[in-house]
Amino acid sequence: MISEKINEILVDEFEVDVDLIQPNLNLKDTLNLDSLDYVDLVVIIESNFGVKLVEADFTNIQTFQDFYDLIKRKTSEN
Amino acid sequence: MEEFIRKSMEQRVVITGMGIYSCLGTSLDEVKDSLQHGKSGIIFDNERKLFGFRSALTGAVPHPNLKNELNRRQRMSIGEETEYAYLATMEALKNAAIDDAYLDTHEIGILYGNDSVSKAIIDAVDIVREKKDTSLIGSGAIFKSMNSTVTMNLSTIFRLKGINMTISAACASGSHSLGLGFNLIKSGMQDMIICGGAQEINKYAMASFDGLGVFGNDALPATTVSRPFDKDRSGLVPSGGAATLIIESYESAVRRGAPILAEILGYGFSSNGGHISTPNVEGPALAMERAIKQAGVKPSDIAYINAHATSTPVGDANEAQAILQVFGQTQPFVSSTKSMTGHECWMAGASEIIYSNLMMLHGFIAPNINFENPDEHSAKLNIVKETVFKEFDLYLSNSFGFGGTNSALVIKKIND
Repeated sequence: MISEKINEILVDEFEVDVDLIQPNLNLKDTLNLDSLDYVDLVVIIESNFGVKLVEADFTNIQTFQDFYDLIKRKTSEN
Repeated sequence: MEEFIRKSMEQRVVITGMGIYSCLGTSLDEVKDSLQHGKSGIIFDNERKLFGFRSALTGAVPHPNLKNELNRRQRMSIGEETEYAYLATMEALKNAAIDDAYLDTHEIGILYGNDSVSKAIIDAVDIVREKKDTSLIGSGAIFKSMNSTVTMNLSTIFRLKGINMTISAACASGSHSLGLGFNLIKSGMQDMIICGGAQEINKYAMASFDGLGVFGNDALPATTVSRPFDKDRSGLVPSGGAATLIIESYESAVRRGAPILAEILGYGFSSNGGHISTPNVEGPALAMERAIKQAGVKPSDIAYINAHATSTPVGDANEAQAILQVFGQTQPFVSSTKSMTGHECWMAGASEIIYSNLMMLHGFIAPNINFENPDEHSAKLNIVKETVFKEFDLYLSNSFGFGGTNSALVIKKIND
């Protein structure tokens, strides 16, 4: 499942407890992301999924589920 | 008004904390033992030979793991030199009895010597070359890549609120950081400043320096090649790590009951105004004369000189002549601790104050190892071949760098 792989790399990169991540929770607040962290999010998604995220991709991302859907869409487009 | 009068009077400046991460050891105790026993920290690094170095000798320090000490953002923003500087500063703060509460309630500055960042820049550019997209470099690279990487990171980690800048003055950077900090405290502008110097050791950092052909002959046993003042010296050995000193006003140190390790009495600087890499005699002599004059002492009062001498033919000979010019027949003990450490470059001017302070505090003068036969100039100096066990209370430390930048510091033991 793509969501499990995403969770795994988020836990590894942002050093959070995996139990904190739930599909309906807010991505930014749960991971405590600041502007610099989004730069790193772009890097880890590219290195793991081969897709490049741009700023506009994050406009409608609220929850982890939104984020999973974004990566699914991007990888299927690739 | 009282505050104005206090601030307008010249302050005495003392050293209350030291921390070291060097090829002689990663704590003050280890380094003191290495100095006392004349132990070299130089190795032959075969990776450098394969990479294309003319001389594969280097000082070596262990790679620190800071996972349990710093958070993710802090670790991502620091490169090799700052990792060393962080550990040296942690030891220095502990040594100075400064805790988190003190850091949060006082204005403390940082002036730290650093004059390059190589690996972080190369790593970042390699990503762009491969991916053709700067957005894939990641967020930490810029904070690792700037010359002020040490001060920008340490000021953030330790929540510092005073003066905050990096001193880049080639191999005199660490010494000038102390000299400039000394003047800011002396004038009453700051009460406490974290000073020091950091030096990356990785092969990228030293490749262009090696290209000049000034590194020592690596066909010889590694620990014998750095031999400042010896007539058979073949060149320097690069090295690195970090050294931190906490300097503060005497008044501040007494007020908080801090351990006072030594007092800075004089700082002399000069610039040769000549060749970019070949030093002269007059510039270093002027820096020494100014430091001695400001200290209010006579050359004959100085018991020990920690020489800059890096083990290069011209540099050592010119420093020997400069010392003779300034000290004449008074013949203080002289040694270059670079015989054991190699040339710690940006860090050297700070680490050598720590090495000399350790000697002064523990009653010995570390040897200039590998000094077997003098040349015509060093023959006139009183160079220490074997450890001398002797109490002393006043020394001078020299640091010189490319571009002809010179710094000399005169340091005294606190007896009151």
